Amino acid sequence: MHSFSTIRKLLYLGREYPKGSDYFRDRLRAAFTKNKSVQDPQKIKDMIARGEYVAKELEALYYLRKYRAMKKRYYEE
Amino acid sequence: MSGRVLVGVKRVIDYAVKIRVKPDHSGVVTDGVKHSMNPFCEIAVEEAVKLKEKKLIKEVVAVSCGPQQVQETIRTALAMGADRGIHVEVSGKDYDNMGPLQVSKIMAALAKKEEAQLVILGKQAIDDDCNQTGQMTAALLDWPQGTFASEVTLEGDKVKVVREIDGGLETIKINTPAVVTADLRLNTPRYATLPNIMKAKKKKIANVKPADLGVDMASRVEVLRVDEPPQRQAGMKVETVEDLVGKLKEAGRI
Repeated sequence: MHSFSTIRKLLYLGREYPKGSDYFRDRLRAAFTKNKSVQDPQKIKDMIARGEYVAKELEALYYLRKYRAMKKRYYEE
Repeated sequence: MSGRVLVGVKRVIDYAVKIRVKPDHSGVVTDGVKHSMNPFCEIAVEEAVKLKEKKLIKEVVAVSCGPQQVQETIRTALAMGADRGIHVEVSGKDYDNMGPLQVSKIMAALAKKEEAQLVILGKQAIDDDCNQTGQMTAALLDWPQGTFASEVTLEGDKVKVVREIDGGLETIKINTPAVVTADLRLNTPRYATLPNIMKAKKKKIANVKPADLGVDMASRVEVLRVDEPPQRQAGMKVETVEDLVGKLKEAGRI
């Protein structure tokens, strides 16, 4: 399984990161560089799975931020 | 029934951006500012795509009015699952003065041309907060409308719409063709992922001008001035309840 599509997905998602896309990109690069010498296929699979998990978390984060902002602005609770 | 759903999507300044008023108070700063699809329009697209996935309708057509840049917004709708797009080219003064009246005339003309079964729009745009386009479109078409929809169910040639209203929910059943406007709780819009954005590049976006649709873009509304909301006054801290009562009395509140 290619880690490239995971990297690309994370880079794309990172553009909207609240602390800034640069911050995200640097942390992403550091994380991948730190692990670049890992050979064990199972470890690699686990890390890619983690990357996919982070991607899903980011999507959820973005949705929740937007939903809460809309709820706050438009609905009296 | 054609099984075709028209979805209007608007390109607006991104919801998270801090809005700045132009120094001449003629409007807000848009140059170089991040834009994205109006959140309520995202919900509208999601609903249409969901209906298609359930095989209740056959085709989702995303429409946007504006200059070249609105094609990005149409592409986002295509990436979310719309089948094709229509870019109604409006630019310059016409675009600056474009509002619900002009857009609804365009949507009505397209709804007739495309023989749409349903027109789904966001309930309002987060930039002008008009909450008029859906209603006007329905009126121009003489179609029923289900506005502030938090649930939409197709039942044969009718639509059941649960509406969010003051004090609760109202359920109505209307004939199709109809106009529906999406409220916040209607659904959770999917994120337009990178592979879907790539795939969407193959989908077609037709270009059309308001004149081709017989629509007059003249505005009846003139914006005189735009101002920021008044600055919030700084709060103050008090140490005791007595202090609080004293301050409230001072301010004439009690």
